[in-house]
Amino acid sequence: MSRRSRIGLFAATAPIFAALVFWGLAGLPDFGHYNHPYGKLLSRAAPVDRHTSNVVSATTFDYRGFDTLGEEFILFASAMGVALLLRDVRDVESRRPYDRVEDDAVQLLGILMVPVTVLLGLWLAAYGYITPGGGFQGGVVLAGGLVLLWAAGRYRAYRAASPIPLVELAEGVGAGGYVVVGLAALVSGAPFLQNLFGPGHFGTLLSGGSIPFLNWAAAIEVAAANVLLYNEVFEEYALSLRSRR
Amino acid sequence: MSYLPFAVAGWLFFVGLYGVVTSRNYIHLTVCLTVMQSSTYVVLLAIGYRDKATAPIFVGISRTARTVDPVVQALTLTDIVVSVVVAALLLSLTMDMFGRAKTVDPDEVRELSS
Repeated sequence: MSRRSRIGLFAATAPIFAALVFWGLAGLPDFGHYNHPYGKLLSRAAPVDRHTSNVVSATTFDYRGFDTLGEEFILFASAMGVALLLRDVRDVESRRPYDRVEDDAVQLLGILMVPVTVLLGLWLAAYGYITPGGGFQGGVVLAGGLVLLWAAGRYRAYRAASPIPLVELAEGVGAGGYVVVGLAALVSGAPFLQNLFGPGHFGTLLSGGSIPFLNWAAAIEVAAANVLLYNEVFEEYALSLRSRR
Repeated sequence: MSYLPFAVAGWLFFVGLYGVVTSRNYIHLTVCLTVMQSSTYVVLLAIGYRDKATAPIFVGISRTARTVDPVVQALTLTDIVVSVVVAALLLSLTMDMFGRAKTVDPDEVRELSS
């Protein structure tokens, strides 16, 4: 389809589609006045049943844990897909390019931010089921800390901190660990991904039963998948540096 | 003004769709698709909102406090992850295509392939 006919089709059909969408949105309950039967139930149940203070994490890793399993594998498959796609067209790396930030101020500030970012990521993941945060958020921030090492430091430091075999292993452990926790419940005679352990003490790291394990599995998986995605893109970039020289 | 969040979501969706349709660059197209998907976060979080309610995190608040819906927040989390992986795959396809065709314009790629 040519560009002109594509825009013509859009102009002709978009108003009808928009009318339908806005009609549907207008039929939703008044903003702020929906009754939330399911959400209210979980908000009351999670602190009592699971001793988890962050109900969003309890929903993600317990009440809707099966959903999150699928989500983890979407991430896993996508990281693999990107690796397959980009590695296929790239030659085996022979030597690492020399690419470092020359500006001292940027470098100093960036390097100072690396431990802060990594600590923030670990904190978000570790306390994810108590205070705002969670494995997914923590994992993304952790991977961000590593990227900062490249963005403000040097490519070689970034590569040294994220060896590909280790990252790939971590990705497998994260995705596999989630399944293992689910299977452990099955072995003990409970349904798949049933919360296994006692609820523990409310508002401490020892609360939530299986939730901390699933939370950490997600954190490792997300961090590793993100680093793997960044790695593939940086490798492409590094290749362009080599060919330019 | 109680429908404002839903109107914002609808606007985000169509402004993103317009960008996708008229895009001349696959990187721009990916960003537009991400804007479209952002509209779903707004819809989900707007449905979950309750008047005079706090976050569903029971630290320093009463167990019976009025909270917003945690379920749609968990769904939004899933939504964001899916959006990120879709963007990652599209961008790597763009890189792959640039390596072969030396262009990121959807229309030029079509001319080359025909």
